[in-house]
Amino acid sequence: MSIEICDLVRHASDSRQVLLDHVSLEVPKGYFVALIGPSGAGKTTLLRAIAGLDPYDSGTISLDGRIVTDIQARAGKMGFVFQHYALFPHMSVAKNIAFGLNILPARSRPSRKEIAARVQELLDLMQIPDLGNAYPARLSGGQKQRVALARALATHPQVLLLDEPFGALDPIVRRSIRGWLRDLHDRLGLTTVLVTHDQEEALDVADRVVIMQEGRIVQNASPQCLDSHPATEFVMEFLGESVSFSGVIHNGQMIPDEKTAFPFAVPDSWENGPIIAMIRPYEINLLPPDRQTDEQTNRQIVKIEAIPRGFRNGYRHYTIQLKERTIPFFVAQDAEIPTQPNGVLVGIGLDVSRARLFRPNI
Amino acid sequence: MSRYLIWVMSWLFIVVMLVIPLVLVLTEALRNGFLASMKTLYTPDALAAIWLTIRVTVVAIIINTFFGTLAAWVLSRFRFVGRQTLLVLVELPLSISPVVSGLLWLLLFGAQGWFGPFLERWNIHIAFATSGIILATLFVTLPYVVRTLIPVMEIQGRETEEVAVLAGAGFWRILWSVTLPSIPEALISGILLTTARALGEFGAVSVVSGHIPGETETMPLRIEDLYNGYQSVGAFTMATLLAIMAMLTVLLRTAPDWACYLWKKDP
Repeated sequence: MSIEICDLVRHASDSRQVLLDHVSLEVPKGYFVALIGPSGAGKTTLLRAIAGLDPYDSGTISLDGRIVTDIQARAGKMGFVFQHYALFPHMSVAKNIAFGLNILPARSRPSRKEIAARVQELLDLMQIPDLGNAYPARLSGGQKQRVALARALATHPQVLLLDEPFGALDPIVRRSIRGWLRDLHDRLGLTTVLVTHDQEEALDVADRVVIMQEGRIVQNASPQCLDSHPATEFVMEFLGESVSFSGVIHNGQMIPDEKTAFPFAVPDSWENGPIIAMIRPYEINLLPPDRQTDEQTNRQIVKIEAIPRGFRNGYRHYTIQLKERTIPFFVAQDAEIPTQPNGVLVGIGLDVSRARLFRPNI
Repeated sequence: MSRYLIWVMSWLFIVVMLVIPLVLVLTEALRNGFLASMKTLYTPDALAAIWLTIRVTVVAIIINTFFGTLAAWVLSRFRFVGRQTLLVLVELPLSISPVVSGLLWLLLFGAQGWFGPFLERWNIHIAFATSGIILATLFVTLPYVVRTLIPVMEIQGRETEEVAVLAGAGFWRILWSVTLPSIPEALISGILLTTARALGEFGAVSVVSGHIPGETETMPLRIEDLYNGYQSVGAFTMATLLAIMAMLTVLLRTAPDWACYLWKKDP
């Protein structure tokens, strides 16, 4: 089931604060879309609007091209998983899962046997086959998560809406359930919208990542595109650690203000003027001392040192002291770079040519 | 050392303030023997008083539980203009003297009251009638279900209800199978407080009832009448019965705890 959101606007009820600021978004059938952004960006507000749980002031939401207004039109077609699971505490796991089926009117309700079979099928799918008789209070976070998911899927919805479903899980469970969820999405042919504030999670699992900020969608792109062409400095920064260099573009050259970063060529489409270059710490190159370049470039040689700061995720971490600040700098663990006996790297300048360029806001 | 002192003091206090009066009531009731006291209960007026009290209590429980639940739901789920005022108003019967609330009904529906003559024409009697007693009891017992439900409903939050809405459940369905079953202790507690208060209500009922023996006398009013008429065995017997009914209510209130204990289940 595809979801189209067109020009959605919502104000907070007691103030003029804008919660959703002309949001338009298309989620094609079968896509896994992640909504990310800092808290208060409007991700959950948007998700709840899609589910029909919250009202909005103007705009439309369509499912498969048909505009839906009330929640009845969505009953049973959308599964929603809340951050804190919202399991019914007085019902067994099986009753929780069967809820959506048990409340169907008598003519369309499956028989008791069929409901029991469906519950068992879902329990198996969630890899918790023996928990049917347990009560929610006895379950671990990961198990509750699976029960909530099973309950959301009981009526064969085509859309799955997840509101920070992994927020309360520990990191190991989180990672494993993430991959498993993606697999489930593919197997059941769902259209999924996931709200999270963890960019790594979003990039890992989603086909498209939608970044929100202050009630607006800043960028809607595939994870690869997001990394190579972030729309704004905010997106660049939100997606991971980054270092920015301000400078100017002059005749096809980006000239950083800090002399330790070397100028580099930019595409001709960039006109002259002030610019900000942002780069990931692992994309920076430390240029090794080399006599030839020293003589040719005639620059005043400044020796820079990268101080080792340990290892993480396959990178050697360093910090480099520039004139007025310290920047992070990562090198792939297996890269062969001559180091000093104390582990310090020495260079004569920084190559930041892999940076993304942004015009500063005036 | 001081621990034992406090232990002794609290027991002493409870015995003096609670146990001794109850024992005294019981001994007074049984002064002429068990049969004699049973006989005082087996009079038309006494039976009428017991029956009236039970009827009034049952009606008060049903009506106040129903509307109290709805009011608590609305007050805990929505933020609207006048909500604070409503919260204060709901508590009003707790702070107003019951006599005043009784007078209020007389003022509205008595023969000289605002609506009295109008209702008289339709042959509806409220003052000095069962319906008046029920109204007065409803008024004084109104806060209990509402006030016990609101805080737990606030904690409960909306999410489970939202899950049910998304599954396609209607309002009554949600209230009955999602909202209330997950907060049974609070609901039972509210109902039992209502029961205890309705059984024992004296002031408000006294004003509207007119003390017609056999017709508009509830158990507390009957006790007063008997006592003033120097029929102390009858008075204390009925007092004992009323006390037993109230104690049963209190015991019922702790029923969820024993149930948990007996079934070794987490509450």
